Amino acid sequence: MKNGYAWTAICLNVLASTAGNVWLSHAMKKVGDVGELWKQHGLRKVIGRILTTPTFFLGMLAMAVAFYSLLFGLAWGTLSLVVPAAASLTFVANAFAARLFLHERVGRRRMLAALLVAGGVALMAI
Amino acid sequence: MTFRKYLVLAGVTVLSPVGDALLNLGMKQVGTVSLHGLSSLILATMNPWVACGILFLIAYFSSYMAALSWADLTYVLPATSLGYVLVALIAWIGFHEAISPTRWLGIALITAGVGFVAAGPSLTPAHEQGKPAAREAVSQEVRP
Repeated sequence: MKNGYAWTAICLNVLASTAGNVWLSHAMKKVGDVGELWKQHGLRKVIGRILTTPTFFLGMLAMAVAFYSLLFGLAWGTLSLVVPAAASLTFVANAFAARLFLHERVGRRRMLAALLVAGGVALMAI
Repeated sequence: MTFRKYLVLAGVTVLSPVGDALLNLGMKQVGTVSLHGLSSLILATMNPWVACGILFLIAYFSSYMAALSWADLTYVLPATSLGYVLVALIAWIGFHEAISPTRWLGIALITAGVGFVAAGPSLTPAHEQGKPAAREAVSQEVRP
């Protein structure tokens, strides 16, 4: 039963962190290159622009859900299951979500990179 | 890619593991924090190592946001995953922890993944309607 709860927490973590990354990426693309913005208008403008982008707050909220679901996952499952499973599945889920929602061109090179990193993260946590 | 952008990616890669290591060092000094004594968690932030760790993690998040403002999510995440390797190396060199052959294989896979993605462009045009929407969004003029 505990394993079932742990996998529920892992799934929630993967979903929340993927949604968080997609929303944050969307928000920052709307803001524009912060380096250029800072150079031209100063730090206050950068912060103001970020804080007036709604998807930034959605991203932060999703990241908070991801953080707490990881904590719950660690309470129900073992460290060697929860961390590698959540981290490696998140890499693959992000690649699909970025293609679907951000319309990024996830070619063979990037998909292979995501799979290699996901496999590497899983191996490192064993 | 400019030197400044490589610096931001290096920041994302390095700041998070260093921040985690500092938090780890500080929390070892603070000791166990129970759910019933949450005030001790607030007191833990007064520990210089924990405070430094939090500052590093704030800097990490700022660099991550900056990287996302000019690069694809599918570029930033794998390109900065060398942080996992860095944590293992800090644990190996700094804390004399043993690294198993499986972990070395994991390190090799992550390094290969980073190499694959880093060799490609940091920003790809959106495939929808053949419009380079992402690039436009990044290079758009500053709104008044």
